[in-house]
Amino acid sequence: MSSFTKKNKTPDSEKIPRHIAEELSSNKVHAISLPEGIPFGSDLADQIYNANDLHALQSFDAPAPSYKTLKSLDELLERDERRQEDGFKRKINVGKIIKPGRGGSKQVVIIPTTTEDKFYHDNRVTEDESEEEQGEGETGESAGTAKGEEGDVIGERPLTSEQEGAGQGAGQGNGEEHDVGASAYELGKILTEKFKLPNLKDKGARKTLTKYTYDLTDKNRGHGQVLDKKNTLMEIIKTNISLERFDPEKPIDPENLLINPHDYVYRVLSKEKDYESQAIVFFLRDYSGSMSGRPTEIVCTQHVMIYSWLMYQYKEQALARFIVHDTDAKEAPDFYTYYNMNVAGGTKIVSSLKMVNEIVEKENLASNYNIYIFYGGDGDDWNTDPDAFEAEFNKIFSYVNRMGITIVKGGYGPSDRITEFEKFLKNKSIIEKNKDLVHLDVIDGEADDKRIVEGIKELVS
Amino acid sequence: MEIIDQHTKKIMEGCKERARDAGLSFDNESIEYIVTNQDLLELRPKGMIPTLYDYWIHDLEVIKGKKEYDLYPNNPYETVINSRPALSFYNDNNPDWLNVMIFYHVLAHIDFMQNNSYFRHTWDDDFVGMALADKRLIADFRTKHGRWVDYVIEFTRGLDNITGYYQVLSEINSPKKRTPNKIDYFFDVFLQKVKKVSIPEYLKEIDHYNRTLKENPEQAESTFISEVKNKHAEFENLFEKHLREIRPKAKDIIEYLIQNSSFLNREENEWMKSVMHIVRNSALYFEPQRRTKIMNEGWASYWHYELFLKDDRIKGHEIDFAKVNAFVTSIPKLGLNPYAIGWRLFQQVEEMADKGKISYEFEKIHDADARKKFDKKTGKGKEFIFNLRSNFCDFNFINDFVDQDFVDRHNLVIIGERINQQRMTKEYYIKSKKAEDYKEKIINSLIHPPHITVSHEKQEDGILSLEHHYEGKQLVPEFIENVMIGLEFLWGGEAQLETHLIKKGKPEKIIYKIKDRKLTKNVAS
Repeated sequence: MSSFTKKNKTPDSEKIPRHIAEELSSNKVHAISLPEGIPFGSDLADQIYNANDLHALQSFDAPAPSYKTLKSLDELLERDERRQEDGFKRKINVGKIIKPGRGGSKQVVIIPTTTEDKFYHDNRVTEDESEEEQGEGETGESAGTAKGEEGDVIGERPLTSEQEGAGQGAGQGNGEEHDVGASAYELGKILTEKFKLPNLKDKGARKTLTKYTYDLTDKNRGHGQVLDKKNTLMEIIKTNISLERFDPEKPIDPENLLINPHDYVYRVLSKEKDYESQAIVFFLRDYSGSMSGRPTEIVCTQHVMIYSWLMYQYKEQALARFIVHDTDAKEAPDFYTYYNMNVAGGTKIVSSLKMVNEIVEKENLASNYNIYIFYGGDGDDWNTDPDAFEAEFNKIFSYVNRMGITIVKGGYGPSDRITEFEKFLKNKSIIEKNKDLVHLDVIDGEADDKRIVEGIKELVS
Repeated sequence: MEIIDQHTKKIMEGCKERARDAGLSFDNESIEYIVTNQDLLELRPKGMIPTLYDYWIHDLEVIKGKKEYDLYPNNPYETVINSRPALSFYNDNNPDWLNVMIFYHVLAHIDFMQNNSYFRHTWDDDFVGMALADKRLIADFRTKHGRWVDYVIEFTRGLDNITGYYQVLSEINSPKKRTPNKIDYFFDVFLQKVKKVSIPEYLKEIDHYNRTLKENPEQAESTFISEVKNKHAEFENLFEKHLREIRPKAKDIIEYLIQNSSFLNREENEWMKSVMHIVRNSALYFEPQRRTKIMNEGWASYWHYELFLKDDRIKGHEIDFAKVNAFVTSIPKLGLNPYAIGWRLFQQVEEMADKGKISYEFEKIHDADARKKFDKKTGKGKEFIFNLRSNFCDFNFINDFVDQDFVDRHNLVIIGERINQQRMTKEYYIKSKKAEDYKEKIINSLIHPPHITVSHEKQEDGILSLEHHYEGKQLVPEFIENVMIGLEFLWGGEAQLETHLIKKGKPEKIIYKIKDRKLTKNVAS
């Protein structure tokens, strides 16, 4: 084992990354915190009441709650809806907990969560003590034991590893998500109270939500799969320096360098944890010429909200795919691109549906995922073959858990005009025949955010 | 869940004998169960009481703000259940020697819970059995009233962390009062406080009473009282009123609601009061464990150590024992271990009492050397700690006995944590070695629920008025609305709460009002 060097990022700059600093200085509570965990920001917690005999004497660990062992989610959510009818506030969130496992690995568990509201003392705020007064960079204190004098430093730990280990922090998420991510997170938190994914089913054996991918990330000395030339050269130079084979007066002659077999550094395949998703969500948007202005704004706003909500509530359980279309459909790599793509030519809605069906078929998504499709457009359509269009719809209905269609009126033509798309849906009675699978929401071009949220409610109800 | 086998039970009985010889005292009966992880999963939300009432929130994971969890665990996750008989839980593959150690630990817990006066109100009950009856009652209500049972449970639980635990204890410990009869009232209250008669007149009445008593001992009371009534027409009414006044006051908000809510006292809502009683009693049952965590674990650790090493049956397992014991009772570099602190504190106090150091004579000595050498050889150490086990709780245990000697002896310190920007690390450093700081740290970590009472003076027009006695900490603002909605429901009308919120480091008096499930918040003038 000693010959393995662990993958470890060393800090490039002297400064603390912005998001860590923010996290440390913020006294906000993350909506879902780790019950057994140590609060982010401080490693210190006085856990008088967490200690218990079962653990201390018999190595029983408090069992982790898991989705399976708890009451069925549907039952609980149904109860929650009843609360609203009875005039009380809803109480259930479907959250996930990232449980730190052995050796720094994380396991994601989806569980319904709640709070039991009581009159508790609030330890987050204290009288006359703002953050600054706590002393410079001070992040917490604890009881403990140590030999030495007051002021002695008795230990330290790197900040970076904490960023990885602590899970819920704002520092999470990869780069491409982060643009939309940061504010979307907050938005999603609020929206979470309002929606849930309809018809969510267990698919296959994918509940554990963890799988591994293999990547050439670990280094090994002496043997391995791919030679890491840069590191090998460095090791060779180190060896030769310590053997004093370099003469500073003379130019280096590579012929004369001695090579210790141990100097070869190789990259080896290593197991990397990967999260698997339970749901896949397609966002479809018309970006044809007729959509310019308000309709695009509304569709994008609505999709941002849905996306934020999904990110927050189902983060590692929900994958998103993005497709835009005019007469042809095109997949966008991420939400950012999807959101910012500019207006192009004519309109053929069928092209986007065709693309979804192709993707689902090609990647065999139907058997493993809950599939959701959200479509947004102005209802304008140059469709010439209604039967082919219907065929695509029927294909979708064979696997989709819910399709939500939003039509924004008021682009081209008067706002009370029945659009081509609506006509088609009506003629073929697409909505009537598949009431549970497809919901339609028609929004006026002047609608405000509240109306848009209502729309989402309708789509996922 | 199944009961341990005969072989293991025999080991337990052996432990009981030896523990009794050492001075511990507990009931003869106890039940030991083997539990699996699946059992624990179901037991944990119910505070390890297998028969606790069902409640849907138990099927969810309850998330708390990061620090609240440390302070208010609502799931005591324990091995020993303080019931009659006491229950305890075990892994099915513990080796015998480990069971011996755990049994001693468990027996010390049982001894603690059956002798410490903070548990007084739990002594007479088979809690597990009672809980079972309650659970059935609630299940029965559920078939009749459906989800409304859960609302009543929820709203009552919203107030169950502020039950009048100390009031309950103090009532048990104060002498029972006799309900006064009319004669008592006439002489003790009516003449003296209502009529304010002069002493000669008072004596005249006593004389009169004594004469009546002499003439006809059987009928004296009724004759005398009817005479009084003839003379003072208001007597009967005033007596009734007096009886109402001296009725014991509600000990907490839940009890107040049960007694005074017009909504709950409607005939069709009577059942709700039973549900509230059940929730309140369960909450009261869990209180003493929380107030004595350090002592209880310290006491159990003290005795498993004492008794295990003397046990002749486990020869050869001293090293195994040392390992487990060290794991349980080591003082962590960071954090508080109740086992470690409690055990060492008991040891220290015993040692001090043995030497007669817990005395004024010793306190007077300031010379360090003389303090060290002080030894009266009183041999009263054991007696003293048994006394503590009967009469102390965590607060006074820590407050009285954590001193500089203790802190120095075990190198106890307060550790600070700060960011070192140059090194990109978090640094831990010794912030204080003073006993007072260490003591304060522990005491601040102890459970201390907010003190909220019904304020009788401000009661008006059917509005229930609560007062939070501010002690430097505000209430969690996010939770206030739901608790108040529940309060309004149970009270059957408008309710208000006077409290303080901290704004820019200064407390500000706030009045929350709930009406028609709408919460309003106003700064009090």
